[in-house]
Amino acid sequence: MKTEYHVIIIGGGPAGLAAAVAAYDAGERDILILEREKKTGGILNQCIHNGFGLTRFRESLSGPEYAARYIDEVEKRNIEVWKETTVLSLSADKKVTAISAARGVFTLQARAVVLAMGCRERSRGALNIAGSRPAGIYSAGTAQKYVNMMGYLPGKNVVILGSGDIGLIMARRMTLEGAKVHAVCEIMPYSSGLKRNIAQCLDDFGIPLYLSHTITKIEGKDRVTGVVISEVDAEKRPIAGTERHFDCDTVLFSVGLIPENELTKGAGIALCRGTKGAEVYQNRETLVSGIFACGNVLQVHDLVDFVSEESETAGRAAAEYVRRGAQPRRTVAVKNGKNVTYVLPQRIDKNIGGDVKLFFRVSNTFHNCVIKAECGGKILAKRTKRVAAPGEMETLILKYSDIGGAEEEITVSLEEA
Amino acid sequence: MTTKKLTCIECPMGCAIEAETEGERVLSVKGNGCPRGRMYAENEVICPRRVVTSTVRAYDGTMVPVKTAQPVKKEEMFAVIEKIAAVHPRLPVRVGDILYRGIADGIDLVAAGNAG
Repeated sequence: MKTEYHVIIIGGGPAGLAAAVAAYDAGERDILILEREKKTGGILNQCIHNGFGLTRFRESLSGPEYAARYIDEVEKRNIEVWKETTVLSLSADKKVTAISAARGVFTLQARAVVLAMGCRERSRGALNIAGSRPAGIYSAGTAQKYVNMMGYLPGKNVVILGSGDIGLIMARRMTLEGAKVHAVCEIMPYSSGLKRNIAQCLDDFGIPLYLSHTITKIEGKDRVTGVVISEVDAEKRPIAGTERHFDCDTVLFSVGLIPENELTKGAGIALCRGTKGAEVYQNRETLVSGIFACGNVLQVHDLVDFVSEESETAGRAAAEYVRRGAQPRRTVAVKNGKNVTYVLPQRIDKNIGGDVKLFFRVSNTFHNCVIKAECGGKILAKRTKRVAAPGEMETLILKYSDIGGAEEEITVSLEEA
Repeated sequence: MTTKKLTCIECPMGCAIEAETEGERVLSVKGNGCPRGRMYAENEVICPRRVVTSTVRAYDGTMVPVKTAQPVKKEEMFAVIEKIAAVHPRLPVRVGDILYRGIADGIDLVAAGNAG
């Protein structure tokens, strides 16, 4: 068995596939994708709704259609993919230890590694909701897998906690399949999902959205029999007297996504507090030379189109790293300022050419505001926004000509008009 | 004259659109960021349509993603879902294969993923 590869990509979802194609197209031929599941495509395989690819392909695709385009590209290039292979550990010197039924436990040596493991859902355990442990409680993504991949409807009467996009999509999906969705509760005063999903997944079916509400009790011993929801105050504490009861047999949690970074941590790569992913340069290289990260393992994206874009950057950079080795850097830090929760990339290497696209999220809903990137009192980029919300990732482009002169750290902030 | 407030569902921007209508006629559309929004609003106030996506069970049990090739009338969504439940294709299935011809006024149900 071949045990040395130029580029090993961990994860065969949208990020891993796009990184592989880009690395190949940059001239690299010795590429291996390691995928945990039976088929590549990652979470897109269960996202059967449409709306993917509008930016990239200018058409509205289902998740599996979007995945199929990249799977075809990987196959066309004969890029090696080992499926049903779980990576157990990664070291800073790029040794990848993995396990599969076909090959047992084995260790591969890579010259460059691309982390593309994606993210997982926050679970009930992270929320401290009172009640016993009855059946009928699922994360929205698990319910999605049951309905779309396995063909089972996990319940008939549903209450959803959290208004993330997966929760909204599942409200519609379960309604179409014959379930009654009684309520979607969101603890924040705004939805974290896309506006169009509020319109086409809730409003179309008359499903009520309770903002500033949370589930305060789950009832039932063997199976969920109901929930109590309460309004919350500005500090997100339940307000006594606002309790409302719903009979239901199913509770779905759509309460956020967490990048899956156990392997990253194992390689000694520190995580950024804001993104819960690795800190990276604009070419998506982490602080460990030759290890790159892209897609939802790096920052949770709203749109797969941007995952593909980011992963192509990482794939190209991995190919270049194999060709040229580590290069000297001239680093300038990028920090989140007022009303901004994180900025990615966290570091810019001035020796890498080209404009830099900054991705960031804002801390609240703002109207008529200005987002800007500054360095030592000089504005490098700014944009006015009618509305900015935490649920929608923002971007600013720093011109290459401006980056060269940046001697201090660059700060991204939002000012209200 | 009546004013309808809509959220455009054509892309992730989700523009807040105001459409002024007189009976079946659309007088003006405001707030749309692009021409797709204008078309969406004009259709939405007269005859709202949606693409229906679902899955069907192939003969061997594999679930195959499907969608209507064009948007169908909103009120026909549940009827379409009911017809979809009776579709059991033979594998392999490729993106774009027609699995139910004319599932709603001349619109086909097509595979939205590869299987088998």
